[in-house]
Amino acid sequence: MRHVSRTYGQDADEVHALTDVDLAVEAGSMVAVMGPSGSGKSTLLTIAGSLEEPRSGDVLIGGTPLAKMSRNAKARMRRRVIGYVFQDFNLLPGLTAAENVALPLELDGVSARKARLAGLKALDELGLGERAGNFPDQLSGGERQRVAIARAVAGDRRLLLADEPSGALDSANGEAVMRLIHAACKRGVAAVVVTHDAQLASWADRVVFLRDGRVTDRTAPLSGPEFLLSGEQSR
Amino acid sequence: MSVRHALLALLSEGPKYGLQLREEFEARTGEVWPLNVGQVYTTLQRLERDGLVESDDAGPDGRERTPQKAFRITARGQTELAGWLRTPPDLSAPPRDELVMKVLVAMRVPGTDVHDVIQVHRRYLVELMQQWTRIKEAEAESDLGLALVVDAELFRLDSVIRWLDAAEGRIKRSAAEPLSEPSTATAPMVPRRRGSQTRQSAH
Repeated sequence: MRHVSRTYGQDADEVHALTDVDLAVEAGSMVAVMGPSGSGKSTLLTIAGSLEEPRSGDVLIGGTPLAKMSRNAKARMRRRVIGYVFQDFNLLPGLTAAENVALPLELDGVSARKARLAGLKALDELGLGERAGNFPDQLSGGERQRVAIARAVAGDRRLLLADEPSGALDSANGEAVMRLIHAACKRGVAAVVVTHDAQLASWADRVVFLRDGRVTDRTAPLSGPEFLLSGEQSR
Repeated sequence: MSVRHALLALLSEGPKYGLQLREEFEARTGEVWPLNVGQVYTTLQRLERDGLVESDDAGPDGRERTPQKAFRITARGQTELAGWLRTPPDLSAPPRDELVMKVLVAMRVPGTDVHDVIQVHRRYLVELMQQWTRIKEAEAESDLGLALVVDAELFRLDSVIRWLDAAEGRIKRSAAEPLSEPSTATAPMVPRRRGSQTRQSAH
C-alpha cells in the first residue's frame, strides 16, 4: 500500500478512516497492525484485500496494481490469492469442516475432487484431519477458528489477511492460531494481522501502529533471538 | 529475588551439592534466570544457620567422604517449604511504578505530548515481546519450564501495554470532556491532608 487514504461521508460528516498509509508485506513474513478501536485497522485490511477501494494511493498485490485489474481479474485474485480470516469465523453451518474449506476453491472452478483433497490437506496440516466430517456446531471455538484458517490458506493462497484472528479464544487457543499463521508464513505466505492484542502482535516480524488513520510508529527490525538472554543491548 | 525456597524445593527431592543446585535451578527455569554460585552458597549458609538445611561432606548417598559438601533438607525445612507454597505473598501495597509516574508527570510537563511518551514505551514493550515470542516459538514446546517463565514475562509486559492503552483512552476522554463548574450545591466538605493528618476523601 502506498500513500493510501480513505474517507467516508462528505463535508462536515467526512471521516478520515485512513490517511497516507504506507505498508509493505513480503512473502514469508508477517506484519501486525496495532491500534485502538476506530484507528482504521479494519479499513486497512479491507483495502489490502481489494474489498474496498482507496480514495487515493495505490495497492499492489504481487507487484500488480489493483487499479489496473479488471473486475474479473480482481475477483479471481480474491478467490485464488488472498485468504481472509475474520473475527466471526463465518463458517457455513450446513457444511462440514472439509466442505467449508473446499467451498471457495469449488466456487473458483476447481473440480470438486481436487477441492476436497486440497481442503483435507489444509485441515490435516492444522491438526484437524479427524474433524473434517464435523459440522461447525460440533467444533469448539478454537477448532472453528482453525478451520477458518485452513480455508484461508487452502489452495496455496499467498496473502493472508486476518482481523483479530484469535477473537474471543483463550490464550492457549490464541497461541495455536498464531502458530498456524506463523507456520503458513514459513511456507511463503505473506500475512497481515490486525489486532489490539500485543501478545498476538508479538508473533509478527514487524508491528505497525495506527492512530486516527495514520501510521504513527513501527517496531525496529528484530535482532537475533539470543539478544535477550545474553543481556547485551545490540541496538 | 530470594532463591532460598527454590533451593529448599530442589533439596526436597534429595541431598545435592551446591553446584548441582545451581545447575538444576537454571535448567528448570529455562535458563532465563542465571544464578550466581556465590549467592547459592550464601543462601545455603543462611538456610543452615536457620536449621532448614544441614550439610556434611559425605556424598549424597551418605557413604564416602567427598571434597564437596552435600546439603539436605531438614524436617523444619520441609515445613517451611510447605508453608511458603501455600501462603500468598503480600501484594497489598502497590510498588511505585516508574512508568505510571512518567505518564502522570507527562500530562503536566509543558511542551510534552503524553501520547508520544506512551507510544515510545508501547513500542519498546512490543519489541521486547517480539523477542520473547521468538524464543517461545523456537523452544517452548519442548521445555515446560521455559514456556512458563516466558509466558509470565509476556503476560507481564502485555499488562503494562494494556494499562498504557487504558490510560491513553482515559486521558483522551478527559481532555474531550467540557470543563464543568465546581458544584456549589451539595459538595461535601472534604478534609485534605495537612502535614501528618490522615487524608479522608470521598470517592
